[in-house]
Amino acid sequence: MTAVMGEPSQAGYFGSFGGRFVPEALVPACMELEAAFSAAWADAGFHAELDLLLGSYGGRPTPVTECRRLSERLGIRVLLKREDLAHTGSHKLNNVVGQALLARRMGKQRLIAETGAGQHGVATATAAALFGMGCVVFMGGLDMERQALNVFRMELLGAEVRPVEVGSRTLKDAVNEALREWVATVDSTHYCLGSVMGPHPYPWMVRELQRVVGDEARAQCRELLGGSDPDWVVACVGGGSNAAGTFAGFAGSGAALVGVEAAGGAALSHGAPGVVHGMYSYLLQDEVGQISEAHSISAGLDYPGVGPEHAHLAASGRARYDFATDEEVLAAFRMLAETEGIIPALEPAHALAWVVRNAGTTIPEGACVLVTLSGRGDKDVAQVRDILRGPAGQLGDGQAGQLGEVRSVRPAEQEPAPRAEQER
Amino acid sequence: MSSPVSQVGTSHDLASVLRERRDLGRKLLVAYLTGGMVPGWVEMAHALAAGGADAIEVGLPFSDPMIDGPVIQRASLLALGRGATPAGLLEEIAQARIEVPVAVMTYYNLVFRAGHERMAGAMAAAGVTGAIVPDLPLEESAPWRAAAAAAGVSAVLLVAPVTPEERAAEICRQSRGFVYAAGLMGVTGEREVLASSAQVVGSRLGRLTDLPVCVGIGVSTPEQARSVTSGADGVVVGSAFVRMIIDGATPEEIERVSADFRSAIDEADDGADDGAGGQEIGEAGGAGSAPYGDG
Repeated sequence: MTAVMGEPSQAGYFGSFGGRFVPEALVPACMELEAAFSAAWADAGFHAELDLLLGSYGGRPTPVTECRRLSERLGIRVLLKREDLAHTGSHKLNNVVGQALLARRMGKQRLIAETGAGQHGVATATAAALFGMGCVVFMGGLDMERQALNVFRMELLGAEVRPVEVGSRTLKDAVNEALREWVATVDSTHYCLGSVMGPHPYPWMVRELQRVVGDEARAQCRELLGGSDPDWVVACVGGGSNAAGTFAGFAGSGAALVGVEAAGGAALSHGAPGVVHGMYSYLLQDEVGQISEAHSISAGLDYPGVGPEHAHLAASGRARYDFATDEEVLAAFRMLAETEGIIPALEPAHALAWVVRNAGTTIPEGACVLVTLSGRGDKDVAQVRDILRGPAGQLGDGQAGQLGEVRSVRPAEQEPAPRAEQER
Repeated sequence: MSSPVSQVGTSHDLASVLRERRDLGRKLLVAYLTGGMVPGWVEMAHALAAGGADAIEVGLPFSDPMIDGPVIQRASLLALGRGATPAGLLEEIAQARIEVPVAVMTYYNLVFRAGHERMAGAMAAAGVTGAIVPDLPLEESAPWRAAAAAAGVSAVLLVAPVTPEERAAEICRQSRGFVYAAGLMGVTGEREVLASSAQVVGSRLGRLTDLPVCVGIGVSTPEQARSVTSGADGVVVGSAFVRMIIDGATPEEIERVSADFRSAIDEADDGADDGAGGQEIGEAGGAGSAPYGDG
């Protein structure tokens, strides 16, 4: 491996991170997938089909938006890569359409997936519907409670959502359960992993399928900026797929790359190297190696690990990683809504929160920052409302009244939300 | 004490004991339980040995046991909830003086986190002579295999039903102690019906290696164990015992069920020669009525 964000080694390593730590039963499937993806990715026909679908079905290219009022407030120039405008409301579809096409090439008729916030599950269910494939999504019981809307969405799309009630009942347990299911059904089933994690070839394959985000954004930025690149490129990191896709487009530029984790799931800031879910990377774990449970306001970042290429980018210094607290995230969430009329998902609100915190200090005044807005916040609105309307909600002056009104007409329960969503 | 088994001597080395017993025509029973899952787990290990297990496999519980089904997942969480740690369990194993060789089964992160040499050394110091790390496939396993070998611990490798022939041969060449043949594509746990793959994998691998081949995953009843050992050197039985222990079985009950597996595989019909002993180990008489195999 020579180029920054080039291909991993033959054994699937980015620097010293990655690899393929799976039971023997899955080794042949991983090898088959690696061969199939390598062949497809070198095949112009595959790219043509993928590009056509991402365009005519997925809504690509997504725009880059110049944030005039937010920029004014922060004293820096903020651009957003608008993955929230892609079909299903996040960048997840890029990966899933690619993997579904690949599954079809491999003769697999069924997709399984893990999901945290539900965005990847929704995307997988969408692709399964599009291709007429069976679909089972594994989701932690706690996440199902937090993201009831997305559960209903997946069901509308014809997928079966299987609750995972062991361990922390979040994303890491859903990954375990999806891997268990894959071992038993590998003949007929493709595991549509949702991030740049897991055993080789997933971290590489998912990054390649997401690099459309970064490649588009770089060209769009150059157009906006008269041929130059932004000074900073910032994205949130759970497993790290939107960040990997974004960074892939800018790895060869002079832009500083920043990945922002959740404070309660900051594998790169607070973790140590180890092996789980098929990869060697940074993990939150205790002194003997038991994996810790992540805790964050955002289900999508509630993951104790991080994709191995991010561990490598951190080790090599090409990217830096930091984290944002739940409070900072809520403030950034509201700031973007108020200044730009865009409600972000809580996940990319972490990236925004980092930018808000560092504007005028680490990020010098006047610098240009691209933030990947990896998804829209509809799924999070009910959760944020519940947090903000609590006794310690501390709403800003102007908004207290408005939200107070909303509060007063809103029944105590969250029940109506799925129905309203259905009608949209 | 004139049984063929006692003639083998008192070695507690997994590799030599299993090989010698196999060579004497005895079918092998490797019995698994999760370390620390109940306060009296060491008594359960003794009971499994007394019932006729040729080796005990002790699981060092991991937070994310991705190749284990619900029963062993539950046992793992119980053990972790009771504060089980690798070091603490190895200490208990060292003091237990179990009558047969002890192997440990664990996930790679616990080995990696401790360090290969340190973990292998700790195992050896506890008298553990075998280790099974199911999420460490051939390609990633060389450093661990070297450390284990240096410490005198047999690093057991696994073959799956889908493993291609050439790869299976290489895994057999690199495995130590025995070859763990996964009987089916799936996680550990009891199955109503024995997978057809479990019945052929033993003879398939027997052609590739001189090591004992033991079939595990989905071998749930003495009947199934007998069926498997008509083609394989032995079986690994885990969830059936672990479920009973979770459900509150006494050591006597566990010994009886272990003995039922023992007598079932002793009757396996693979040209069982005169040396096929085992009847004198434990009370193998009362087969048939034990509460295993809930179906």
